[in-house]
Amino acid sequence: MKRSFRELSVLGALAAVLVGMAIFAPAFFSPQPLLSLLTREAPTLVVACGMACVIITRQIDISVGSMFSVCSVCAGLLAARGWPLLLVLPASVALGALLGAVNGLLVAGLRLPSIVVTLATMVTLRQGLNLVRQGEFVNLPDRIQWFGLSQMAGQLVLVGASVAFLVALALAMRHVAGGRFVYAVGTDAEAARLAGIRPQRVTFLVFVFIGALTGLAAMMNLAQSPQVQPLSGAGLELKVIAAVVVGGVAISGGRGNLWGAFAGLLLLACVSPALIHLHIEAYWEKAIQGAIILLAVVADGLRTRKLNR
Amino acid sequence: MSPAPLLALRQVVKNYGGVRALRGVNFDLQAGEVHALLGENGAGKSTLIKVITGAHQPNGGTLTLAGQRVANLTPSSARALGIACIYQQPALFPDLTVTENLALRLEATSASSRIDWPARRARAEQLLARLGAEISPDAEVRSLSMPEQQLVEIACALGAGARIVIMDEPTASLTQKEQHLLFAVVRDLRKNGVGVIYISHRLEEIFALADRVTVLRDGQSVGTHAVGDIDEAGLIRLMVGREVAQIYPAAESAPGHAVTLSLRAVGCRASGVHNVSFEVRSGEIFGLGGLVGAGRTELARILFGLTPADSGEITLHGQRLTLRSPQAAVAHGIAYVPEDRRRHGVVLELPIAHNLTMAIHRRFFPTTWLRFGAERALALDFIRDLAVKCAGPDAPGGSLSGGNQQKVSLARWLATEPKLLILDEPTQGVDVGAKSEIHKIIRRLAKEGLAVILISSDLPEVIGMSDRIGVMGGGTLRAILPGGSAPHDVMAAALGTTERGAA
Repeated sequence: MKRSFRELSVLGALAAVLVGMAIFAPAFFSPQPLLSLLTREAPTLVVACGMACVIITRQIDISVGSMFSVCSVCAGLLAARGWPLLLVLPASVALGALLGAVNGLLVAGLRLPSIVVTLATMVTLRQGLNLVRQGEFVNLPDRIQWFGLSQMAGQLVLVGASVAFLVALALAMRHVAGGRFVYAVGTDAEAARLAGIRPQRVTFLVFVFIGALTGLAAMMNLAQSPQVQPLSGAGLELKVIAAVVVGGVAISGGRGNLWGAFAGLLLLACVSPALIHLHIEAYWEKAIQGAIILLAVVADGLRTRKLNR
Repeated sequence: MSPAPLLALRQVVKNYGGVRALRGVNFDLQAGEVHALLGENGAGKSTLIKVITGAHQPNGGTLTLAGQRVANLTPSSARALGIACIYQQPALFPDLTVTENLALRLEATSASSRIDWPARRARAEQLLARLGAEISPDAEVRSLSMPEQQLVEIACALGAGARIVIMDEPTASLTQKEQHLLFAVVRDLRKNGVGVIYISHRLEEIFALADRVTVLRDGQSVGTHAVGDIDEAGLIRLMVGREVAQIYPAAESAPGHAVTLSLRAVGCRASGVHNVSFEVRSGEIFGLGGLVGAGRTELARILFGLTPADSGEITLHGQRLTLRSPQAAVAHGIAYVPEDRRRHGVVLELPIAHNLTMAIHRRFFPTTWLRFGAERALALDFIRDLAVKCAGPDAPGGSLSGGNQQKVSLARWLATEPKLLILDEPTQGVDVGAKSEIHKIIRRLAKEGLAVILISSDLPEVIGMSDRIGVMGGGTLRAILPGGSAPHDVMAAALGTTERGAA
């Protein structure tokens, strides 16, 4: 109870927003717009799961946006060439894992700081993609959209799959030995090494993991539109990191969990529709999201100060 | 001694919330005196320092400086009154030079004022010369050794005109030679009329250096003695408040005959260890003595696969091993309890139970699916078995005292059911009570047939605990002596014939 106070407070804030909406703008809860909102956030949720693992390991990956764009474009091109969905999906995941492995090799193998490594790969991938594609859109065949299902069914599949994935991963982080390795490496890599854990291997795998999840998320996004924009992943990294931090995952590693990241993501995602329903100018969205992030960071700061006293 | 002491504390009381950290301490310090402060961890030494340096306000009692009563001492007013504290880990700026560090401490300049570099440098040079330190004022602090950094700290204190210098375990990370240098500086301070409050766990240092010693126990001063009037046993009696009949538990059984570990001409160029040969039998405690930097931890790191050996032969139970990683060492039944448990032993944020199973995931959770019930039961077993004082298996490692953290670190490795247990400074920074408990645990493990390598810089501990003592120096094994050898013999072997003149 005491340990999960931080997560519960985010959940409380989310509940407060939802109750407020129920009173002042009950239209917010009409099923179709709500399902659309959740569908839009489903790919972000999958990437946020990976980001939570990366940050718990005391690393960061800011190249997810660029990896997302690259995977989207490549998957789109493959689909346009007539590859079946069952091959495009694993191809996208594998490509993401490969890009993540590059980050992982540089960070874990050469022991470089992850913020610099992923900044470099972020810029390289983005500019490389621009150069090759010249901003061209990829038109997708119809069978990709909603996986060939009806829109309603496709949305339900996406939302259901992402939430199921979150639940499975959250349970695994607690109940599978690998999850505990992630926490141990994030709190004290040297102590973990002396206890027979291989911190560099854990770090490498975490980067591969977030890469693979980004490839999966790219596919989940692809299914929602008839075209692929070349910059579809722009800004994804900020959105995801913000959600994870708001959800109580400590940027200093070793603390936090996926439930909190989920709550943080929903809280941030609610801002935009809430503003629309309350007839407030949309310009406020970023400012309010920024304020929420600031509040979360200040809360963490105050809490660590209290612990250290 | 003069009637008005430099510093006098009378009935000082300090409470933290409901905890009474100091409950009536009397202490005085004369000019030109080295006054040692001794006590178990938690006896109130650090709190007393915080009161004297003005970091914390006492709740009762009086503090008198050179006959003047002082109230509401703050860190800056304490500095202005000539009180300086040298901590174990010097708090210097590693990327700045010695001159710049001294200037930052000693000058109250505004950001826009012009800097008089020649004067700064001259002062630094003069202060260092006063200490007899061969340190360039232009050296970056990063490039200095730990004792050199301590000397810079002392230079800061001198430059600030300190009349009272507090030294908190200054020799904890020094080699024997560096200690002698430091002692000379302390004696020099004393000669110049500075009062030194000297805190150390090492009794022999206190006898070598101090004029008087005050013992703290449970937040009270329980006695002040001239060092000539009291012996080690007497001091320990005062510290623990009871007679310690025998400091080291006697061996209950002779070591077995089966050779567990055998080293033949083992070396590693990267860590400077060369040509080490010895055997450890089951049930034997093999002590590794020597000075800091002799290569003992380096040898342990070879045996644990952290820095693999590049020459020689390591055999365990007759099987030749190549140890290239900690995982390989663990798989062969080698356990290493590292020194500096705070940094590398116990993960302070994780619960005790997680800490305990950290090294046995593969065996304890064969399907990698964690079994919390079994883990909890194992943790409870060890908590009972080793008498770990804690709130329960879910309490974070950081909530434990040093001795209990060490027990958790030890338990993690006992859980691997090792054949060979390497203990690196297992009682460093641990209070006397927990120390003797840890000694008893080590004895019991040996009796159960474990081969134990005990690395310790505490000479009486190595001598009292070991069946045989391997003495290291300069990266190699210099001698193997029987347990209970005279300290002089061990020290002579550690220094070696060639280094004896230099040290």
